[in-house]
Amino acid sequence: MLPHLDAAYNLARWLMRDRAAAEDVVQEAMLRALSYFASFKGVNPRAWLLQIVRNAAYTSQGLDRGAQLVPIAETAEPGMVTGDDLVSDADDPEAALIKARGARQVHELIAALPVELREPLILRELEELSYKEIADITNTPIGTVMSRLFRARRLLAQSALASEAR
Amino acid sequence: MSRMPECDKVLLVQAELDGELDAAAAAALAAHRADCPVCQAATAELAQARALIERGQLYQKMPQEVRRRLTAQLAAARPRASPPRLRVVRQWWRSAASFGLGATCAAAVALLVVLPRGPDLAEQIVAGHIRALQPGHLADVTSTDQHTVKPWFDGRVDFAPPVKDLAAARFPLSGGRLDYAGNRPVAALVYQRDKHIIDLFTWPGDAGLNAPEIGQRQGYNFVHWSQDGMVLWAVSDLEASQLREFAEAWRRSP
Repeated sequence: MLPHLDAAYNLARWLMRDRAAAEDVVQEAMLRALSYFASFKGVNPRAWLLQIVRNAAYTSQGLDRGAQLVPIAETAEPGMVTGDDLVSDADDPEAALIKARGARQVHELIAALPVELREPLILRELEELSYKEIADITNTPIGTVMSRLFRARRLLAQSALASEAR
Repeated sequence: MSRMPECDKVLLVQAELDGELDAAAAAALAAHRADCPVCQAATAELAQARALIERGQLYQKMPQEVRRRLTAQLAAARPRASPPRLRVVRQWWRSAASFGLGATCAAAVALLVVLPRGPDLAEQIVAGHIRALQPGHLADVTSTDQHTVKPWFDGRVDFAPPVKDLAAARFPLSGGRLDYAGNRPVAALVYQRDKHIIDLFTWPGDAGLNAPEIGQRQGYNFVHWSQDGMVLWAVSDLEASQLREFAEAWRRSP
């Protein structure tokens, strides 16, 4: 029914510490969006709503700022990747690496990123927004968006690689 | 963590991955990367990050039960938010709000109606065509073989563009490139008729146009239509009648 509720919820879940806090943020954001919708003059209502979600998240207590900068947690659960470990294409280290990563671990690596890196990554990769739209939503210069996005991706690739090396 | 030497072009490598580079900048980057190990490494690293993300299934959709609760809360909260003095729109709002859920539905419709719409798509398409006509910008992949051109788009756009060989209709394929129109990366296929270049821009969608519609901008003719879930725009300096012939040949071709 409401077309952008999933987008609002997804961003809130990635910015907030827990599910309850995310729900509060989405509710708050939707109330604001409904009140101010008449004044909306942009072309992309989804980006506009995400900006409201983002602002609500940042003024909330439950914002997950992400503590560790380089999360290489020993959190891989036993048995989680065993099925995937039987990879035949050992010649291609990248394919092997990717196969060995459980979805859950990728999730944890991203969740542990500092929020200023996590945020552009989510907006770009999951919402597929342009640099310009991300810059508007996060109130950040576009060059900063690009370098943060780059750092986020590099950290992700390298932490995955580092935990692979163990 | 390994320390890599830096290159100020790595952000362009990333921009290419994100579909934010135009054809000219992408070509310049390709030339640079051939000699730059830093950018080669960055390309691999970024591809790896993206593969991890795709594997991660990270999108967190709103659970049904949360959706129900939220919708009810919004409906209940709405009347209180109404101001005492009402203008026509607000009056409408309040009557909608008195239906509870109805208010939320109305807002949803409102959010839906304001769909992203560029200033003028035809203008963007013609501008893309003119840009591409500048020397060296026409094609990122040069081939008359549809089986070379089509796979080239894999991983460059998030859809598989239909690529047809129309040589039999005297519109031979000559290549393809990435372009940008309507706020999204699109596939551009390059065809020729004699010395004339035809750009065919395509992306997924349905403009609701089954029959081709002809138009003109800045001396260039264009024709656009929808077919098999794709929007198609052909632009050229060909005469309108020949461009229409191109569109018909494309539409009939399997």
